[in-house]
Amino acid sequence: MSEFLQFLFSGVTVGAVYALVALGFTIIYNASDVVNFAQGEFVMLGGMSTVFLYEAGIPLFPAAVLAIILTSIVGVALNKLAIEPARGASVVSLIIITIGASIFLRGMAQIVFDKQIHRFPAFSGEQPFVVGGATILPQSLWIIFGALAIFGALYFFFTKTLTGKAVLATANNRDAAKLMGINTNFIMTLSFAMSAGIGAIAGVLVTPMTLTSYDVGIALALKGFAAAMLGGMGRPLGALVGGLAIGMIEAMTAGYISSEYKDAATFIVILAVLFIMPNGIFGRSAIDRV
Amino acid sequence: MNSISTKYATLIAMVAVIVIAPMFFPSSFYYRIGALIFINGLAVMGLVVLIGYAGQVSLGHAGFVGIGAYAAALGPIYLGLPPVLGIVLGALISGSLAWLIGRPILRLRGHYLAVATLGVGILIYMVLNNEAQLTGGPDGMPVQAIGLKEFLKSIGYSVKGSVMWYWLAAIVLLVGAVIGLNLHDSPTGRALRSLHDSEIAARTVGIDVARYKLRAFVISAVYASVAGSQLALMNKFISPDVASFLHSVELVTMTVLGGASVIFGALVGATILTALPQVLTMFEDFEHVLLGLIMMLVMIFMRAGLVPSLIKLIRRLTK
Amino acid sequence: MKLKVHMKTATLALATTALAVLASPVLAEIKIGSTLAQTGPASFLGDPEAKTLRMLVDDLNANGGINGEQIKLIMYDDGADPNKARTFATRMVEDDEVVAVIAGSTTGATMAMIPVFEDAGVPFISLAGAAVIIDPVKKWVFKTPHTDTMACGKIYADMNKRGISKVGIISSSGGFGKSMRAQCMGLADASGIEIVADEVYGPKDADMTPQLTKIGNTAGIQAVIDTGFGQSAAIVARNFSQLQIDVPLYESHGVASKSFIDLAGDAANGVRLPASALLVAEILADDDPQKSVVVSYRDAYEAATGEPVSTFGGHAADAFNMMVAAIERAGPTDSAAIRDEIEKTTGFIGTGGEVNMGPNDHLGLDLSAFRMLEIKDGTWSIFE
Repeated sequence: MSEFLQFLFSGVTVGAVYALVALGFTIIYNASDVVNFAQGEFVMLGGMSTVFLYEAGIPLFPAAVLAIILTSIVGVALNKLAIEPARGASVVSLIIITIGASIFLRGMAQIVFDKQIHRFPAFSGEQPFVVGGATILPQSLWIIFGALAIFGALYFFFTKTLTGKAVLATANNRDAAKLMGINTNFIMTLSFAMSAGIGAIAGVLVTPMTLTSYDVGIALALKGFAAAMLGGMGRPLGALVGGLAIGMIEAMTAGYISSEYKDAATFIVILAVLFIMPNGIFGRSAIDRV
Repeated sequence: MNSISTKYATLIAMVAVIVIAPMFFPSSFYYRIGALIFINGLAVMGLVVLIGYAGQVSLGHAGFVGIGAYAAALGPIYLGLPPVLGIVLGALISGSLAWLIGRPILRLRGHYLAVATLGVGILIYMVLNNEAQLTGGPDGMPVQAIGLKEFLKSIGYSVKGSVMWYWLAAIVLLVGAVIGLNLHDSPTGRALRSLHDSEIAARTVGIDVARYKLRAFVISAVYASVAGSQLALMNKFISPDVASFLHSVELVTMTVLGGASVIFGALVGATILTALPQVLTMFEDFEHVLLGLIMMLVMIFMRAGLVPSLIKLIRRLTK
Repeated sequence: MKLKVHMKTATLALATTALAVLASPVLAEIKIGSTLAQTGPASFLGDPEAKTLRMLVDDLNANGGINGEQIKLIMYDDGADPNKARTFATRMVEDDEVVAVIAGSTTGATMAMIPVFEDAGVPFISLAGAAVIIDPVKKWVFKTPHTDTMACGKIYADMNKRGISKVGIISSSGGFGKSMRAQCMGLADASGIEIVADEVYGPKDADMTPQLTKIGNTAGIQAVIDTGFGQSAAIVARNFSQLQIDVPLYESHGVASKSFIDLAGDAANGVRLPASALLVAEILADDDPQKSVVVSYRDAYEAATGEPVSTFGGHAADAFNMMVAAIERAGPTDSAAIRDEIEKTTGFIGTGGEVNMGPNDHLGLDLSAFRMLEIKDGTWSIFE
């Protein structure tokens, strides 16, 4: 029993990390139909900027806020300089642009920061809580509740605020949204800022546990992308469920079956789900226009 | 320009590049770069069929490169095959695997197809990486030479390995190009291009969309596999990195940079991403920054890829 | 030999003319090639290696080079990709025409390059870990880091001494971790060690508690070995402490850098590992032959980079110093003579230990080169 609880804690913590990355994917996808493969670099920038600001003597909390703002600015710049000029390009072209952006940001990070591995202290100490014979770190709770809080905020934003609805309208039909008087350029900018900001928050939350370096983004983007697709691209609930599901599959496979093939289990499940539900768990089916 | 002349123009241009380029090579190192370009170019041609003709994306094709590479490595050891037949074995396995998984996977669209192919690629990579007793694991394994160099030496021709592979890979690339160009104008090619434009429209005029997509997928997997086998035989060493996600992304990038819709774009895209890192080494720390920047700029200003964009530009200027 | 004399006369003549004409010494350059994983999954190894080589070459050139000739270091970044490493190896041999090579942060990259240097006859000192690089001996290939077989041997010897026989292994699925796992498995029987648990994690994983929970719950377990390095090793140590598993944790020699202690925090305390003298420079006895070598390298590296020294940079320093000594003896142009001189290296004191090479040993280190360390109160202590 305590063993199961321990696997559960691990799965939920790791799953919440994936969910945070997946939520970032979701926002940009909703506003622009772009799958942003530089999403992992936002997580890296959040963590690395906080590390360097903190080591420069700024207290942790303001350093983190500053890092989140900086990353959001990078997100906006990415939109203005690379995504907006390429509007109307094909899906693959846009994928290549965001992959180019991720290589670029990683290259900049290794020059501006360094190639070492870093961390900063956990927010509420390192003393684990013992629950039913299993242990969980306070930082895990920060990550889990951070993911839930961001999901809640996004849910509220998309369903209850006018701006949020404008984002969804832009996603559904850009031209129609423009005709309705929605400033679609502003919506795009806002979405990139939010997505980068959420990525940076993820980076700040996970760094005390999983550490950070200039190249942590690739693995996170891969898992976050898989999570977003498993849940159904464009749905915040899908991102949350997809992320948690992948975290749980990894932990349970490692715990009960084979740690060597835990990542394989993840992708086998994703393939199986997509064969049955081609648009992910919560995805809408796409309707083709002829 | 009608498509028959496009076909011959492409082939003539390719032969010209292959024959003329060595006249400017300052050292035999450039033959190796050339051979790598041709090998990558072959895998990219397969993706031109899949992405450019049929409009289906794959983020897992390095998996098939890996299958081809390890077939050439393991065939001689476990089945006693001559290394050259390892190429055939790899192509058979890759083609059958693509055929098996292609049907369910190709029902998916856009990014869902991307994540599914990515999953397939990662699964292949994990098997190659984890089954160390068979594949040598992440540190890789040596591969038997094909013995052509020794044979040439025995009949009086002493030739450097890199030079020999330049010409071998060039011949294979040309064969691949001929097949790809013929496919373009065949009924299959026309069906693929029509379903690229609109699957529903293609279906309404009676095209068996699923069958043609599957055909493109199998063809592209075989191209990738043959490229992988050649890489293993040329390097005489192979590691699971050839099957990695990053290599899949690299192949798609080559395809799109060169221009996914044309066979010649495969050669151009492969040339850029293979030769550029060699040039960028002079910028040391800025190597990756520049690579990312160039990828973004090409895609922003030449959306259709280099070759189609340049052809368009030349046509406009000569009008 | 004759050629060497000619070359020397020629350079001398050239030098005199140049001095006379330009009033500045224009001398031939000695080209040494290098390709390392400066970026990518092994940059934790390649970065300090590359920085060390640059620093040492600058120092040497500032002090007049080798017999008055400047060293030109030609350096590439292969990102630990064997195919890229192979291409750069060809480039160094065919295009740059280097006389000798120090390269290969990972075993995969090293193994891919070996055929190139063997064919071309260029001496090659690898900085990668696995024993296959020099066993069997290859004519042109040497290496400086201790092998993973030696690390396992050292750990097992310590376990035997402490009456530990039932051991769990947790290993990374990367090249370094997987190779060391295989060596530890292979050596277990002969050392009287029984492997009772065997778990794997990915090098980029964020959490290893499921694997460690299973190992911790294995009946009769007396110690755990982790074969990771860098980020993943620090996470394993943190998870291990979080789960309050009450047996000793042995880390690999790949953990050997002060940054491990910073990253693992309190969880580092109690961790044991085999390591070179470099990490414990200040607590070495004053009469220890390695003391002056490791202290001067550490001080120079930390002053030049502002980063804590690691064993990986030390491997590069040892390779470079051995190479320079060989070139001094063999002359700067003859690759074959340089190879012969590297093979004759004896009594060389490096950061990794005393090196005694020979025709049948292209590593030249024995188990005495390793010290068993334990981390206590956030710092290294010798644990014998």
